[in-house]
Amino acid sequence: MIMKSELPSWNEMEEGFITRTLTEEINETGSWRTFKPVIDHSRCTKCRLCIIYCPEPCIDLEVTSSDEKVTIDYNFCKGCGICAEECPVTCINMVEE
Amino acid sequence: MSGNLAAAYAIKQLDVDLVAAYPITPQTTIIEKISEYVANGELDANFMLVESEHSAISSCLSAASTGARVFTSTSSQGLLLMHEILFITSALRLPVVMTVANRSVSAPINIWCDHGDIMPQRDVGWIQLFAESAQEAYDKLIQAYRISEDPRVRLPVMVSADGIILSHTYEPIRLLKDSEVTSFSPWNLYPTRLDPDKPLTIGAFGYPEYYLETRYQSSKALEDTIKIISEVDKKYGEISGRKYGVVFPFKCEDADVILISMGSISETIRATVKKLRKKGEKIGMISLKLFRPFPFIEIVELIKDVKAIGVVDRALSPGAIAGPVYNEITTALYLSKINIPSMNFFAGLGGRDVTMEDVKDMFVKLKEVAKTGTVKDNKFYVGLR
Ligand code: SF4
Ligand code: SF4
Repeated sequence: MIMKSELPSWNEMEEGFITRTLTEEINETGSWRTFKPVIDHSRCTKCRLCIIYCPEPCIDLEVTSSDEKVTIDYNFCKGCGICAEECPVTCINMVEE
Repeated sequence: MSGNLAAAYAIKQLDVDLVAAYPITPQTTIIEKISEYVANGELDANFMLVESEHSAISSCLSAASTGARVFTSTSSQGLLLMHEILFITSALRLPVVMTVANRSVSAPINIWCDHGDIMPQRDVGWIQLFAESAQEAYDKLIQAYRISEDPRVRLPVMVSADGIILSHTYEPIRLLKDSEVTSFSPWNLYPTRLDPDKPLTIGAFGYPEYYLETRYQSSKALEDTIKIISEVDKKYGEISGRKYGVVFPFKCEDADVILISMGSISETIRATVKKLRKKGEKIGMISLKLFRPFPFIEIVELIKDVKAIGVVDRALSPGAIAGPVYNEITTALYLSKINIPSMNFFAGLGGRDVTMEDVKDMFVKLKEVAKTGTVKDNKFYVGLR
């Protein structure tokens, strides 16, 4: 919760509503979620389509020396379900939080 | 030159970087001429062919946010289609400049002059200059860039020049030298701009805690520009010998009645005043050169002692108590605690000719009001059958 006294007055704000902070890093859209996408890694073909389609974009391919794994950053996943819709092998399930 | 060709010539001299526009009568010949300048290498600019006016203004907004000097131009329905983006341009404080060849709005379809297109743009937060001759359209466009890019202003500017009457009529025009234009309106690197090396976000989501302050900031900035607009006009006068002011009074000093108007109609009114003055009539007129911010202090100062005023509106505001210009002036008078009987004339809609006879009639009505001190019906539609 932002306290009133911490807020800038009109002449303290930069002209033209410019935000220098990376707003996408402070607005954790993960709090919006009702349904959570859960990947069944045993069936995932690592086709990367979900990574391309995710509007946030919060899906990533984690690469280690021995393995590749598709992971979702739930701090930012807003639960829109686009990944589940687009996954060609339907291995993403939307689970109610 | 016609008003449109003069505007195109000014844009060439101003060395803009990007022009994005969609053809619409009576603005089209401005863009046609500019595309010719670009094609034959006289103007080094990016000429963007867009699919609508909405895209034209959006492209200008985006290019301006990278620091480019931009230009667009439109009329009528095209301006209405830009409406949404006009608010964004001013709130983001971007120096976009456009000309509007004022034309009526549909229906019925009509390509002639009135201010029906510009009046719905009253609240978009742009500076709105009005020209009454093709010469003035040229002069105002050169001033517009200097005003718009001034670090104290940083707001978009519209230059209105009446469609057909100014856009397509040829008149002798005094042009400045290229070097004079360049030194008067030098190309400014706009201070806050998008740069991959210094990332920033513009036009982000504004929570209720920030919205009011943001809008107040740009609206206050607009109010404060009036001083700078006058200053630029004065400086322009020094190099060109032509000075217009934010309001341009004629024979007002000892006038009993004054008629106030905006745009090309003012020339007819001035000519009528000149003629009637010779017969000893104590009448005057004021041509408004600036509509946003509204120069209410300057207007009140000029009319506070007269017996009656008339305001000519070239647009309707259906359901409103009166026309848009009249509303501004009478509110200014009310707040200054001045009570002058007044009349609102609606004239020249959809290109209807306003003759010296019509203007004479307006003065006859005003003199009657001045004599009796009462107004029977304050709205009068000139030439209504
Ligand atoms: S639910 Fe939406 S936001 Fe979350 S990972 Fe899938 S596509 Fe991205
Ligand atoms: S779309 Fe489905 S199969 Fe493809 S990488 Fe994403 S989860 Fe795996």
